[in-house]
Amino acid sequence: MHVLFEPGLFSNSTVRTALILGALVSVVSGAVGIFTVLRGQSFAGHALTDVATAGGAGASLAAVSPLAGFIGGGVIGAGAMDAIGVQRVKDRDVATGVVLGAATGLSALFLYLITLQTTTTGSTQSILFGSVFTVAPSTLPDALVLGGLVLVGLVAIRRPLVMSSISAELAAARGIRLRVVGIAFMVMLAVAVGLSAIVIGSILSTALLIGPPACALRVATRFSRALALSCTLGVAATWAGVVFAYDSYYWLGAGRGLPVSFFVVANVVFEFMVVSLVARRRAVAPRRDAVPAQVGWV
Amino acid sequence: MAGSDLVEVIDVDVALSGRMVLRDVNFRIDHGEFTGLIGSNGAGKTTLLRVLLGLQPVVQGRVLVHGATMTRSNSSVGYVPQKVLFESDVPVRVRDFVALGIDGHRYGLARRSRHTYELVDEMLDSVEAASFANRRIGSLSGGEQQRVLIAHALVSKPELLLLDEPLANLDPGSAQEIIQLLHSVVTKQHVAILLSAHEMNPLLPVMDRVVYVANGRVASGTTDEVVQPGVLSALYGHHVDVLRVHGRVLVVAGDHEHGEPAVADHPALVVD
Repeated sequence: MHVLFEPGLFSNSTVRTALILGALVSVVSGAVGIFTVLRGQSFAGHALTDVATAGGAGASLAAVSPLAGFIGGGVIGAGAMDAIGVQRVKDRDVATGVVLGAATGLSALFLYLITLQTTTTGSTQSILFGSVFTVAPSTLPDALVLGGLVLVGLVAIRRPLVMSSISAELAAARGIRLRVVGIAFMVMLAVAVGLSAIVIGSILSTALLIGPPACALRVATRFSRALALSCTLGVAATWAGVVFAYDSYYWLGAGRGLPVSFFVVANVVFEFMVVSLVARRRAVAPRRDAVPAQVGWV
Repeated sequence: MAGSDLVEVIDVDVALSGRMVLRDVNFRIDHGEFTGLIGSNGAGKTTLLRVLLGLQPVVQGRVLVHGATMTRSNSSVGYVPQKVLFESDVPVRVRDFVALGIDGHRYGLARRSRHTYELVDEMLDSVEAASFANRRIGSLSGGEQQRVLIAHALVSKPELLLLDEPLANLDPGSAQEIIQLLHSVVTKQHVAILLSAHEMNPLLPVMDRVVYVANGRVASGTTDEVVQPGVLSALYGHHVDVLRVHGRVLVVAGDHEHGEPAVADHPALVVD
């Protein structure tokens, strides 16, 4: 038992906060991510992480909560992308690219200003790559409320969202307001990225947003199962990451543990490789509903 | 008989990005009628369908559904767009996709009732798609996909079904199957159908009426009334011949030496 769980793991309040926060963020990212992948908005999701970086750095400069910075930045970024135009795929990539460039420039400025304020590089490190162990416990209730809102919102718009993800034309013909659904989803995406940023850092939050959903979409045939699998894989990667990071303090000597974000992302990549292998196996094996070919004259 | 029409299009002009693409469009669709919307690629067939869906504003004229002005998201109109490409990774089964035809536009937390799935299964039976009801929509062949899209459009029991080039990209056998299927839908469920195609011959046996689009204008009526050298020459603005061979129709550009353009005598018209 001690091989996997080093002493004190579950009695440590930092670890407990990390596990709760990690589960919440993984579920929100796993659910929002399914739609992000289906809608082909992975690039937009990535750009929002850069916007969140700028927001997080800005928050650090202004001495407000990093979560507020990440999410505020993300929502403003989502609004900017919509204002530039996100309806056509080509326009969407252009809008995303413009916002991404602007946000990265702002990040460069803010992160530089932070180095003038402080003498350590810890702040920059935690904005970019996060550390769920350093999250203030007071952040937890806010994160729970925001995450809960996103999940309820997502369930509420799921059908129009699925319709517009399958075919924008069909959705429009049914009277679905594509713009309204699109903006609502971008806001949810921004919040998901922001939440994820406090756990594994703004730059890495794409990993939780895209990895587990991409795994789920490779194997699931039904929407509900894809959602469940995506969230489960996300939680598994995050929890295992927290455990490994905690354990690494013991492997390398006290105070020299490895970053939790590294382990989470490594787990996601591992899951993706395993699922890809499974999916390939299935594709090679005959399908269960396949009918044997008719032989002879019909 | 005025007032009994399902759809009336009256003196409609449509412009796309400032350019007038359709002028003086007049036609009507009756309950339970099979109408072919015929015209070459780029003639404006899709634009006209989008007008009927309320997605394309008109410059002038009126579109009446049940005698009232057309509104967006009219649930009495079902739509099968051209070239819907289902991505292979969409985790949506055929049954669930057809169910979205009932509730896909609804917001809220409510789950689907058993009744919804009963309606869906009934509809899948009637388009002969029950055998692949549990497959992912991205795994279907072209003909299968067309059936599923039709089921999706019909499951909410619309009175009018619009289909945009449903026969394009299908082999002749599958196309015939789809036509027969639609024909039986018209008769059994009393749904009016407006189906666009650039080739009218496969539709001749089932078509009650034709709306012929060319040169930015429209002529409508029964096939015999519309597919005439005089009417079509007026529409195209130059002489065309209509050849009938073994029950099929060929519209060919006329010989300038012989045919005089009959534009002045036959303005594009509603024959009926």
